[in-house]
Amino acid sequence: MMAGNGKDRVLVVLSLSGGNDFLNTVVPYTNPLYQDYRPTLGIPEDQVLRINDEVGFHPSMTELKGIYDQGKMAVIQGVGYPHPSRSHFRSMDIWHTCEPDTIGQEGWLGRTIKEMDPNADNVLTGVNFGRGLPRALVAPGVPVASVGNIETYGLLTGIEGNQQRTDALDVFSRMYAPAIGSGPVMDYIWETGRSALKGADILQTAPQKYASNVEYGSSPIAQGMKAIAQVHFAEFGTRILYTTSPYNSFDTHASQAGAHAQLWRQVSESVADFYEDLREHNQGDEVLLFMFSEFGRRARDNGGGTDHGTGGACWIIGDHVNGGLYGEYPSLNQGDLEDGGDLMHNVDFRSVYTTILEKWLGMDAKPLVGGSYEPMGFL
Amino acid sequence: MAESDIALMAHLMRRAGFGATRDELEAYVAKGYEATVDELVHPERQPDVDFDLMERSLPEYGELAGIESNQQSWVYRMVNTKRPLQEKMTLFWHGILCTGFAKIDYGRMMSIYADLFRRKGLGNYRELIMELSSHPTMVYYLDNTDNHKDAINENYGRELLELFTLGVGMDGNFNYTEDDVKAASRAFTGWSVNPALPVFPYGRSPWSFRFDPTDHDDSEKTFLGKTGRWNGGDIVNMAVEQPATARFISRHLYNFFVADEPQVPAWKDTPPRDPEAIQILEKAFVDSGYEMSEVMSTLFNSDFFKNARFQKVKSPAEVVAGTIRLVKDHQQVKPGLFPVMKECTFMGQDLLNPPTVEGWHTGREWIDSGTLVERINFVADQVGNLDLPGVQLIASRMTGDNSITSPEAFVDGCLSLIGPVEVSEKTKEALVEHAKGGGEIRRGTEEERSSFARRVGEMLQLIVATAEYQYN
Repeated sequence: MMAGNGKDRVLVVLSLSGGNDFLNTVVPYTNPLYQDYRPTLGIPEDQVLRINDEVGFHPSMTELKGIYDQGKMAVIQGVGYPHPSRSHFRSMDIWHTCEPDTIGQEGWLGRTIKEMDPNADNVLTGVNFGRGLPRALVAPGVPVASVGNIETYGLLTGIEGNQQRTDALDVFSRMYAPAIGSGPVMDYIWETGRSALKGADILQTAPQKYASNVEYGSSPIAQGMKAIAQVHFAEFGTRILYTTSPYNSFDTHASQAGAHAQLWRQVSESVADFYEDLREHNQGDEVLLFMFSEFGRRARDNGGGTDHGTGGACWIIGDHVNGGLYGEYPSLNQGDLEDGGDLMHNVDFRSVYTTILEKWLGMDAKPLVGGSYEPMGFL
Repeated sequence: MAESDIALMAHLMRRAGFGATRDELEAYVAKGYEATVDELVHPERQPDVDFDLMERSLPEYGELAGIESNQQSWVYRMVNTKRPLQEKMTLFWHGILCTGFAKIDYGRMMSIYADLFRRKGLGNYRELIMELSSHPTMVYYLDNTDNHKDAINENYGRELLELFTLGVGMDGNFNYTEDDVKAASRAFTGWSVNPALPVFPYGRSPWSFRFDPTDHDDSEKTFLGKTGRWNGGDIVNMAVEQPATARFISRHLYNFFVADEPQVPAWKDTPPRDPEAIQILEKAFVDSGYEMSEVMSTLFNSDFFKNARFQKVKSPAEVVAGTIRLVKDHQQVKPGLFPVMKECTFMGQDLLNPPTVEGWHTGREWIDSGTLVERINFVADQVGNLDLPGVQLIASRMTGDNSITSPEAFVDGCLSLIGPVEVSEKTKEALVEHAKGGGEIRRGTEEERSSFARRVGEMLQLIVATAEYQYN
């Protein structure tokens, strides 16, 4: 599906790893139960960034509130799936694979990339920014570059001296050239090596091509968003760009107040900078940003932090988004809490995926998310 | 010492352990091949890793729920063990008799689980499966805690047959029926855990096994054609004795230690790559009464093993631990092991946390464009670092070898000392071409020697970047 300027539409994903505390992100500040559940971590009413008379954003989400006020951000409240897992790994895997009942191997975005580029003609249709591939991007026959640091990404990066490294990569490309009679596995490794080298060759030009007046922060989230902008502007044909906040950073069992505020300040500033950058390059039209976390956290705080819970939120940001709140805010009444302490989900995350796939990327979502889910109105 | 003896010993140590330096290989060759195999299959003759310091340096290990320190301590063992086959068997069984942190959510329990394979991995397979079936980590992982007299949960009963003993089928036929799964599951009712569920989020006391006779279905069951009031232990005994089990475990051993086979789900219909080798392993398995040390001794002493050089794609744990052993780093507890351990995860093998109960897909499936870059860069950074003692050893042997005067000999010397590694003509030509570009080989002055050592480091970096080096 093309954007208005004739370019392919792009999906950017920011995964908030560790389980974001929904209750302190979209704060039900007028609900008396909220302050009861949060004797230590409750955010005072006068600090909340009000959305309406019931809920407001965490005080450090200033920039995101600005985007919300412009009508370009949808907040999906109470997202989850049936029989929730409170294990980071398992729950993240469920979000990645769309398979809550059996253990799946393939990711929803890996399948999406395969659908977009079935013969892997472009080794950069999907790019991950971070070390190791999230399962969301994994599918057989789908090459996805995993870029730890865009400034230094490549093969044999430890070789000192530009000439030495150029020579080494030249040797590499000769050693990985196709040859006859070595067997399917060797052929496969050579082919993979050539893809990796080609991807790295292309990717490393992105920072040089990039010019912008936007100054991103130094946090890993900011640097991830900057790298995404660089690769997007370089026009390599990348359609799916993925990054993750530092591993389990949102897992705030203790000392949550400071940590959670800082994380959202970073997310808020980074996302605002990213959109500023898109606008400066006149490319806001073709990019959709999706943010999610593997679960929300327990309704009651534990004195300094919060433990793993269930229902959470996700966010969709972009010029085409019908901004606003979606889904019902989960009930805080004791009797309505899941397993006695967690927020019940009322939107299945696969409905959110379905909306993005069908309305943004113009794809048939059913095989990609493993079933039929009602699309939502945020696009 | 003959290069062919060194090459054979290097093959043995790569497969039965995590590789060895040239000094170590020479010592093993002096001892003899069969004597070395005998030493490998008797780990109790060697001292264990001094673990106290490791444990004290990682306080989380003993107390908290996290997995990272448990993963680090395992990598430390792989790197420092004097019982390499014991650690290799632990990795072998860990990939077959799977439980994972994703569900267990209690790192210490995962280490306790891996210890089962350290203790029993080279022992009797029947005893291993018996203890597995009552290991609290497994009991919880496969939901036997939900397997009740009045409402059976078939998860453990099924996987015991499908993944731990018989396998789905062989020679095109099924090895068991759905009724056998139900009978096995009924026999395991009442096999549970104390406490029944993990203490969330920080399970601080290890769980223990509990048999609840009031929740056990003691009625008659028919399993694999035999009828009786079977309990779980009877099921294990009958399953272990099936010819299909000998076949299934032999194929796993072949796939892990000898040469890559197709993935497990294909085994029902796909015959073994080397049927004779499988027969030899099956016979050793049955004749020894399932003594794994005897089976492993047969395997390593067989011609089919000795001839199967570079027939397997290295697993991430083999890449990481093998490289650190080669460069002789982390030989004592020191900072920096965490990022080394994380490399296994980046390369696709999150230790103690396999993706599913079926374990990791192996062979070529370890390699994709992301993991290949991680592998090559990690190993190249290590072998190019002339400050590391293992790299210095290679460089000083190269410097001291006066027969090395041509670019060809230079490449051959590096290929030998880092393996020996066998490479294709195409690869060899590219490496020699590169060596020629470095100019004449001189070691006369101090400056020339230091420049020579740098060239050795560079050549090692190129060698580990080859496709050939990704094989074990």
